[in-house]
Amino acid sequence: MSEDGLIRRLWAGLFGGWANAALTSALLVGAWFALEPIIRWALIDATWTGDAKACAEQDGACWAFVGAKLRFILFAFYPFDEHWRAAAALALLLTLLVLLATPRFWSAWLAPLSLVLLAGACVLLGGWPGATDVPSSQWGGLPLSLLVTIASLSLGFPIGLALALGRRSDLPVPRWLCAAYIELVRGTPLIAVLYLAMLAMPLALPPGIELDKLVRGLIAMALFFAAYFAEIIRAGLQGLPDSQTEAALALGFSRIGALRHVVLPQALRAVMPALVTLAIGVLQSTTLLAAIGIFDLLNASRAAANDPAWLGFYDEAYAFAALIYFALCFGASRYGVWLEKRLNRASEGVR
Amino acid sequence: MLRHRLGPRPFLQFAILLIAAVVLFAAGATVLSNMARLGLTPGFGFLGQPASFEIGESPIAYRAGHLYARALLAGLVNTILVSAFGCVLATVFGTFIGLARLSRNLLLSGLAQGFVEIARNTPLLLQLFFWTAAAHALPTARHALQPLSGVFLSNRGVYLPWVALEGPSGAAFAACVTAAIVLPLLSLFTERRGVLLGLAGASGMAACGLLVFGAPGIGLDLPRLRGFNIAGGVSVSPEFAALLAGLTVHASAQVAEIVRAGVQSIPAGQWEASEALGMSRGATLRLVVLPQALRVIVPLLTSTYLDLVKNSSLAVAIGFPDFVSVANTAANQSGHAIEALTLVIAAYLTLNLSFSFAMNRYDASLARRGYARP
Repeated sequence: MSEDGLIRRLWAGLFGGWANAALTSALLVGAWFALEPIIRWALIDATWTGDAKACAEQDGACWAFVGAKLRFILFAFYPFDEHWRAAAALALLLTLLVLLATPRFWSAWLAPLSLVLLAGACVLLGGWPGATDVPSSQWGGLPLSLLVTIASLSLGFPIGLALALGRRSDLPVPRWLCAAYIELVRGTPLIAVLYLAMLAMPLALPPGIELDKLVRGLIAMALFFAAYFAEIIRAGLQGLPDSQTEAALALGFSRIGALRHVVLPQALRAVMPALVTLAIGVLQSTTLLAAIGIFDLLNASRAAANDPAWLGFYDEAYAFAALIYFALCFGASRYGVWLEKRLNRASEGVR
Repeated sequence: MLRHRLGPRPFLQFAILLIAAVVLFAAGATVLSNMARLGLTPGFGFLGQPASFEIGESPIAYRAGHLYARALLAGLVNTILVSAFGCVLATVFGTFIGLARLSRNLLLSGLAQGFVEIARNTPLLLQLFFWTAAAHALPTARHALQPLSGVFLSNRGVYLPWVALEGPSGAAFAACVTAAIVLPLLSLFTERRGVLLGLAGASGMAACGLLVFGAPGIGLDLPRLRGFNIAGGVSVSPEFAALLAGLTVHASAQVAEIVRAGVQSIPAGQWEASEALGMSRGATLRLVVLPQALRVIVPLLTSTYLDLVKNSSLAVAIGFPDFVSVANTAANQSGHAIEALTLVIAAYLTLNLSFSFAMNRYDASLARRGYARP
């Protein structure tokens, strides 16, 4: 579209016709009254440098607080001298996200590679022989949020795949068991599952075996999201005509071979956009780990405003955390839209 | 016989069943032995014991010393209240946002899209923290905001006018209003819509009649400033208001997307045909497009409602005593974690199953009227 056409379309969309122009003007006035105090708070009256006393003298936001507590918000109670390890783990996890999001890299070796990278991030955070040992109770902030997101996705995916296949099985017993599990979990709030992991899981383990709090939270999230994975994968499997399996079997594939080489690649490709949406949901759900006392990014931001030197700057802490979450989730949802278009184009090319 | 019951490969299936049973049995046995070690008797007997904790707010009378069962009931009523109001408000608000998103005015549709993106791409817990902070930043009762006369917004809570009902005429009025609201909802699930809608109209008129002719026992209870506090009317705690606002905004973004998808699923030919018949855009939307779009919208709305009910459990993070939060406190205080959380799962499962049952009835009634779900 030419620049001239764009301007004309904008003009028609905003001021074409009396009613339209009146609506636009009314909205502009309303938006000004709603946004003006926010802009004043966040930019005009804000304090950018200095300490809490300098902030108290101004009415606006105290961004100096975010500057001073940035490392705490990002890494929570991770030992200060070892922050480079948390930063390296964060970089590793972001690399893994980019790898997982690039269609060119989607192949069988991506699974072991992502496990290696995940293990690498855990070693970086926890420590290796010769380095200071950091117990998982001190992990926190953004690396922890991303670690839990990716780990519960990678653990939940194979379980969800098994559940989806089980629910579509010809055998009634696995079909019932999988359906019962999926419906039970999808009907329960995550926070109840997390409490179950906190309070009931220790009771169900034989005495002597104790699981770390983070591990229990991770298991709970993986088992919880496995049910959501299962329903998405099942939708993909149902969308694929039976003739695909039949043709593969006629060509001499075994049942498992047909599944692995013919059915799953097509079914999973079709539901990739839905899986991206699920991943966004998982990232947002990691904030619930605060309920069992784990310091994810949101909980760390909250704790930052509990610092006696910077007491009560909750608005600034939440605004900063909201920006990070919004950047990650909005980016992921745009990526989902792009992916859907790309996959549609690819399947049209095949036809 | 096994083959007859289980179908193909009976021994493999029997083995799977056996493994599942053994795993469950082993876990159960460990739980029992661990509980015995802690000196706890498994079972729901603890519900009949007095609970030692207070609950922040409860629509039914409760205080420390009442039974655990009563505490859990109070939590359940809180969850139902906030979810019911949330579903209604999110539907109304979300429909307007969804229609605004489809507006030909670029600024209006842009603002609606911005709202949806912000609500969908930030965690709900973060939004709840924001609303809690906002609710507590309201002025004190003496300087409460009054957006409408009789409505007070203060850091003690939100105060609204309420109808005071007394005696038989009050009860009749309440029954008529309830019928006028519930019957149209029920009519969605059955073929005999006419009868139910007619009854709803009649009870609505009866309610208006009672109101107009000033039957004794019906009055308006307006909140008033009294000293340092506000008295009268119906009041809502800041936590409840924050939770309701957060759940409504979060769910209305989903509703908006569903309404938009539903309206866009109607072919352009329907709009063009209505325009050719001389109908305005508003009339086309109301009389032609929305009735057809509802077939797409209603099933998707159900899952939004179920999400909202499940999300109401985030109340625990902002200190509102919902069912999950009370069950968690009860689990911690009594040690009967598994029993208390089993009650939570059972309650949510009952709710889910009844919702899906209602949805299947609705689908069936649509199919009978000749609209198969696309």
